[in-house]
Amino acid sequence: MTLEQHAAGTAPPAIPRATPLRERWNRAGKRLHLRSEWRDLLEHRDLIRSLVHRDLTVRYKRSPLGVLWTLIHPLILMVIFTIIFSTIFRFEMRSFSIYFLSAFLAWNYFDQTVVQSMASLEWNGAMMKRIRVPQTVFAISTAIAGMINLGLSLIPLFIIMLVTGSNVPWTIVFLPVAAMIVGAFALGTAFALSALAVFFVDVREMYRAISPALMYLTPIIYPLEILPPQFLWMIKLNPLVYLVQLFRAPVYYQIIPTGLTILVASLCAAGALVIGWIVFRHLAPRFHSHL
Amino acid sequence: MNLLEFHAVTVRYPLQRTRSLKEWMIQHAKGQIVREEVTVLDNVSLTLGPGDSLGLIGPNGAGKSTLLRVAAGIITPTEGAALNRGMVAPIIELGTGFDGDLSGRENIFFNGALLGRSRRLMEEKIDEIIDFAGIGEFIESPLRTYSTGMVARLAFSVATAVEADLILLDEVLSVGDAAFQEKCEERIKSFYRRGSSVVLVSHNMDSIEELCRQSIWVQRGQIVTSGPTADVIAAYKESLHSVA
Repeated sequence: MTLEQHAAGTAPPAIPRATPLRERWNRAGKRLHLRSEWRDLLEHRDLIRSLVHRDLTVRYKRSPLGVLWTLIHPLILMVIFTIIFSTIFRFEMRSFSIYFLSAFLAWNYFDQTVVQSMASLEWNGAMMKRIRVPQTVFAISTAIAGMINLGLSLIPLFIIMLVTGSNVPWTIVFLPVAAMIVGAFALGTAFALSALAVFFVDVREMYRAISPALMYLTPIIYPLEILPPQFLWMIKLNPLVYLVQLFRAPVYYQIIPTGLTILVASLCAAGALVIGWIVFRHLAPRFHSHL
Repeated sequence: MNLLEFHAVTVRYPLQRTRSLKEWMIQHAKGQIVREEVTVLDNVSLTLGPGDSLGLIGPNGAGKSTLLRVAAGIITPTEGAALNRGMVAPIIELGTGFDGDLSGRENIFFNGALLGRSRRLMEEKIDEIIDFAGIGEFIESPLRTYSTGMVARLAFSVATAVEADLILLDEVLSVGDAAFQEKCEERIKSFYRRGSSVVLVSHNMDSIEELCRQSIWVQRGQIVTSGPTADVIAAYKESLHSVA
């Protein structure tokens, strides 16, 4: 059935347009399209900016210390872990706190991005039923906000390094590259899990159960060398081993990570991003009936 | 060139399903997945050109809001396809994307960002928005201190501050007071006079009659009648009386 044009003679002249109007098809069975999603994100870049800003300020809004918490949190952790691991469990190594913190910051960024993007997609679900926004916007702004937090928490790390008597090495120039690779891995994982969490409420609980196990399967608070050699190959199947190494090598070992580590980590990140996007683009068109 | 096209759009929702991944996998393994669905829109086709104004009438749950959401690109059809062209100004539910803790001014920018308008564009328009909404000095107060009518006025002002090609309105005009309603109607008319098109959902037949040349009567997801507004409203009212 087609609506006829309204009564003849009353149609106003259309306004002349300099550019052709943008067309948006909304077809049954459609998947998100990489190119149009990208274009949509560019159009909504001020939305990403506001969401990041909100993420960073709301987190600390109710505390008088505000963003200072980002700086204090690693300090507290360091004190606790240094006490535990340099007096109770003793590993033979210099400055355990830096060994631990350098890897922990990378892990924490990954973990927080996944957890927060699941929450963000759910919280903003009501909004997505009423306003059309690019659906990837929530995971992306979570990952960006997390990266800014990660950058801020490097400041106390460097302070700790100076206080404990080790210098801040030049190799830290590698950290932005490391953050990009870990960020891509986190974003891919966040895409897949946040999309699944829209459909199944227990995905969040499952991740919460798995996450500590994943952390202890990664050499963050213990050195890889304490593992029995026969288990070493198993641990090395965990992509996070290489990802945390990207942070630990320049900060603790004061070297640029080996080419092999960078390669494996980048491949894992690219793989996570591709798989995450595939899952997301298939599930996203059906979000509205589940949010 | 049409600004909105529906090609045999059907929307179905799954009626009930498990919300647990564990349950779902167990059911899947046992082959017990039942697909019960409810049809919300059933084979709807329509086109809307520049300068058209379309009213949607029908009882609650008829599918009017779903139709509007498909038009806005929020809901993907289960079958068929919809197309919109140009800049869309959807006002589907008032207060959406507004944050009670932020001030009116901050909310204007956040809402503009949600709609995909750049910050620079919003900065250009902000005085006009505040003025049109009639918020006055309250603009710096947090939004939770606003009345419903004030939020409605602000939402309408933000969404229509930039000249849109397609304006989608769901029961919006009933919130503001009479003076503001008149202002809104004026603005909507100025839009389609300049070649934009408007889709309006309302239970208020007066505003449909005032604003829409064409109308559709929707019931159980299907188009019952379409045509000039006066005829469609007459047919709809007659059916209400014959039931009573």
